[in-house]
Amino acid sequence: MTDHHEKPTSPIALHHALDRIWGTKSGWGRLATVNHNVVGKRFMLTALIFFAIGGLLAMLIRTQLASSQSAFMDAEQYAQVFTMHGSVMMFLFAIPFFEGLTIYLLPKLLGTRDLAFPRLTAYGFWCYLFGGSILIIALIGGVAPNSGWFMYTPLSSDIYSPGINSDVWLLGITFVEISALSAAIEIMVTILKLRASGMSLDRMPIFAWYMLIVATMMLVGFPPLILGSILLETERAFGLPFFDPNRGGDPLLWQHLFWLFGHPEVYIIFLPAAGAISTILPVFAGTPLAGYRIIIAALVSTAFLSFGLWVHHMYAVGIPHVALSFFSAASALVAIPTAIQIFAWLATISHGRPRFSVPMLHIIGFFFVFVIGGLTGVMLAMVPFDWQAHDTHFVVAHLHYVLVGGFVFPMLAAAYYWLPHITGRQPVQHLSQAAFWMIFLGFNITFFMMHLTGLRGMPRRVFEYPPESGWEMLNFFSSLGSFVMTMGFALVALDFILLFRFGRPFRRNPWRAGTLEWAMPTPSPSYNFASLPVIDRRADMLDPDVLGPQLAAGKGLLGFPRDGRMELLAVDIVTGKPEHVVRLPRQSFMPLWTAIGTGFFFLSLLFKFYWVTPFALASVVFMFLLWSRDTAEKDDLGNLPIGNGQELPPHIEAERPPSWWAMVFALVADATAYISLLFGSLFLWISAPNWPPQDIGQIGLLGPAIAAVSLVLAAWSGRQASAGGGKGAVGWLSLTTVGHLIATTVFLWLALTALPSPRSHAAVASIFVVFIYAAMHSGLGAVFAGYGIWRVRSGFVSPRRNLDLRIGVLWHGFAAMVGLAAAGFPFVLASLTSEVSP
Amino acid sequence: MLFGLGATLLAGCTGDLSALDPAGPSAASIARLWWVMLAASALLFLLVMGLLFVAIMFPHFGRRISQRSWILAGGLALPIPILFALTFYAFWQGEYLLRGGGTEAEELVRVEALGTRWQWQFRYPDTAENPTTSGVLHIPAGRTVEVAVTSTDVIHSFWIPRLAGKIDAVPGHVTYLRLRADRPGRYGGQCAEYCGTGHAGMNFEVHAHAEEDYAAALGIEKAP
Repeated sequence: MTDHHEKPTSPIALHHALDRIWGTKSGWGRLATVNHNVVGKRFMLTALIFFAIGGLLAMLIRTQLASSQSAFMDAEQYAQVFTMHGSVMMFLFAIPFFEGLTIYLLPKLLGTRDLAFPRLTAYGFWCYLFGGSILIIALIGGVAPNSGWFMYTPLSSDIYSPGINSDVWLLGITFVEISALSAAIEIMVTILKLRASGMSLDRMPIFAWYMLIVATMMLVGFPPLILGSILLETERAFGLPFFDPNRGGDPLLWQHLFWLFGHPEVYIIFLPAAGAISTILPVFAGTPLAGYRIIIAALVSTAFLSFGLWVHHMYAVGIPHVALSFFSAASALVAIPTAIQIFAWLATISHGRPRFSVPMLHIIGFFFVFVIGGLTGVMLAMVPFDWQAHDTHFVVAHLHYVLVGGFVFPMLAAAYYWLPHITGRQPVQHLSQAAFWMIFLGFNITFFMMHLTGLRGMPRRVFEYPPESGWEMLNFFSSLGSFVMTMGFALVALDFILLFRFGRPFRRNPWRAGTLEWAMPTPSPSYNFASLPVIDRRADMLDPDVLGPQLAAGKGLLGFPRDGRMELLAVDIVTGKPEHVVRLPRQSFMPLWTAIGTGFFFLSLLFKFYWVTPFALASVVFMFLLWSRDTAEKDDLGNLPIGNGQELPPHIEAERPPSWWAMVFALVADATAYISLLFGSLFLWISAPNWPPQDIGQIGLLGPAIAAVSLVLAAWSGRQASAGGGKGAVGWLSLTTVGHLIATTVFLWLALTALPSPRSHAAVASIFVVFIYAAMHSGLGAVFAGYGIWRVRSGFVSPRRNLDLRIGVLWHGFAAMVGLAAAGFPFVLASLTSEVSP
Repeated sequence: MLFGLGATLLAGCTGDLSALDPAGPSAASIARLWWVMLAASALLFLLVMGLLFVAIMFPHFGRRISQRSWILAGGLALPIPILFALTFYAFWQGEYLLRGGGTEAEELVRVEALGTRWQWQFRYPDTAENPTTSGVLHIPAGRTVEVAVTSTDVIHSFWIPRLAGKIDAVPGHVTYLRLRADRPGRYGGQCAEYCGTGHAGMNFEVHAHAEEDYAAALGIEKAP
């Protein structure tokens, strides 16, 4: 059946044949689409709606602060407004917007047809939409989060925020973060595996390099926040005292976990924008990007440094000065990779023949605003200056210079640059210039003098201030500027609407770019490329005008439909040599249903219907397992022709297909959360008051030993099952299931019976959560092993098709490591506190 | 125009809570750092924007320098010495501030600040009666004062902009800040960390007294 492919005779026939497979269905079928073109646009549009909401909140803030004793809002309303402004802009606008842009662009830049896991893209979108909606509904209902967007404890804990407000933030944002983590995994795998044939790592378009780094940072940056949110929610809901200093917790633990995410977050937002600049600027300079390799080096060093400077948000909490000086030095150092990029762009412009255009105008705006933000950033990295400027409007000014300069202006440039790709129309340019100037001037009027407002002593987050403070005139001008800026954004919106309606259609490649996204018809077809390109040089020096027609005529690879399946090529990570054919799953409602199930899980926690929670969780796991029906094959397919006389195996018969890598990356994120949990507990031992605990229970050696042995057994037999490739796998997998079940039972039993109340002390609570963490991992291990048995029994596994089992091996091994660490953890904690024995 | 802007800035720096209107060695030292960094930043900003302008308007000019030189000069040679000098200076200055802007040998006046929602309370453990004041902190002028700061509820931040930087009041921890007022007078203080709906009103006053008036201000009879 697999040879069932006929070469369509004309480009038009090929288009229709491919579009039948890839295109979005009409009516309700729209909800089933998984196509990156559609989902990417949905992401961006939703993010823009949230941007408008966040902007509206900013207007309320500026209206309140325009005069000193404004009666416009009271303190509680103001608290909800500033908390939501920050949360919406960070979590519901900035991150999802660049995710959307990346989802839309990345496959096109890489020369492929979709992302690695289209259903995951769709699932991520629904999680984002539902989680974001929870926050907005809470805002409308007057119960929005009100402790500031970084949710410092104890202000956000149950004693001082007894309402639902903080739960809305913790659960809603965590729901949204599912989309960030799934996007991170998907982007990494797509960049590493799904490139055009011949696109070796050093031929990748620079945007792909940027996104590879960003996605890696997201993968390890978000888990500490998610873990922190879970711990704070368990404190609020069940009284586990991780952040309560009276019971061995510490408010500073939250700050460390939050900023361990929060500072990389700034670069996670800036780097995609910088990637857009590195893509757009050379086009208008008329010359390839200067310093391709040194920029990559700069990106890698930014990524490393950004995880070593979170404490610069905490200079005033009383950490010893010598320790602060390390973080201060790291914060200063991170300016260097940024300077390298700035001067690489200057070098590019100076060696080209710059053309003026609207995107270029926004890039100049970026230079102006971002350089100021960078310079004030270096100032704030200096501990003494920060002791004065911290928590004042100076910081407010700085962060807006960095984020608006480093994200909004580049994204406006990107919007004007790529909207023709999305719409197939070029802008008419009547409003664009005026809109730019209003935003640019309005922004600087709002925020430039705000540096001074802060240094003259105005703290953040005050809803009124004394008239005699001398801050009123400065604030009035800031408010004035903000309204000019808003009108500028309204003009941009109008400009975009006019572009959609009246823009001039164009033939191909309007900016004379050298990247692959222009080597396709615009608006882009659902499948991007009718046949896949073969690359022989760096992928920003191509000629889309020659390449486009060739690919449309089916002269590249996979230029034919087969079995009605969506197909694309996976390549060797380093060399870009084609490795196997990825046969993507069909369009499906399952992502939507699974996201709805996930929504029930979060809502049950939010409204404290805890009896619903296990059912919701089980339904989500069950639905995810159902996803695998679509990609299953009952027979070995053997090698498949890919055109031009070449043949490759399908991905389920390949050694390291995308899904295997996805599991590896998911485990990296999981491990980051787990390590944050273990080190968080050790941090409490070092820092928190009221240690050591009176009693951490009678755990004994027997339970942990049984759990450890059975987990090692489970991991080993899981490996045997996959090594045997189907033969005897059922027996081995049964052993794996039993091993996991024993470990799950032991950990649950220890957590529930051998410990004193986890409410009594943070040490006990830590051990409790570590045991539950291990129990959940071995519990899922049992489910996966059982699932493996079912797959073998149903004939989906053969010696060639044992991917399911090999992915299982990764999980069983990881679950064993989690369990071993959990088994040893109470003993480590006990020996450190040394006055009690487990 | 820049000069005019500078003059306006200087004139607009005064105020009861202005960090740019210092009244003690710590705040003065930080204000000095700010002016130096501001001047250097203005130069760097003009340099980068000037280069961008030249690169766009006079393409033949920038081409005489190789791309590699552009990146190495601007990305490494320019920032590294500046950042190196600045970071070391800031470290030295931080040590100076930890001493309260004075010398180590000096005898400290100890006071305690307790942040509660939404009021500051102060105690004076060095005085026999250990009195408590609310909303007003009394210190002797010309002496280095060590403030031990803590909180009983949420996180606050203790800040007297004209005297020193801020330090957080974290429940379960005690943090220390040293400061000194050069002259007797009244200085504004406030909470800098958002602590709930009363945050904006969580202000206090610092009364710095001449040495001989200090005890009287605390309501303590002077020893005969």
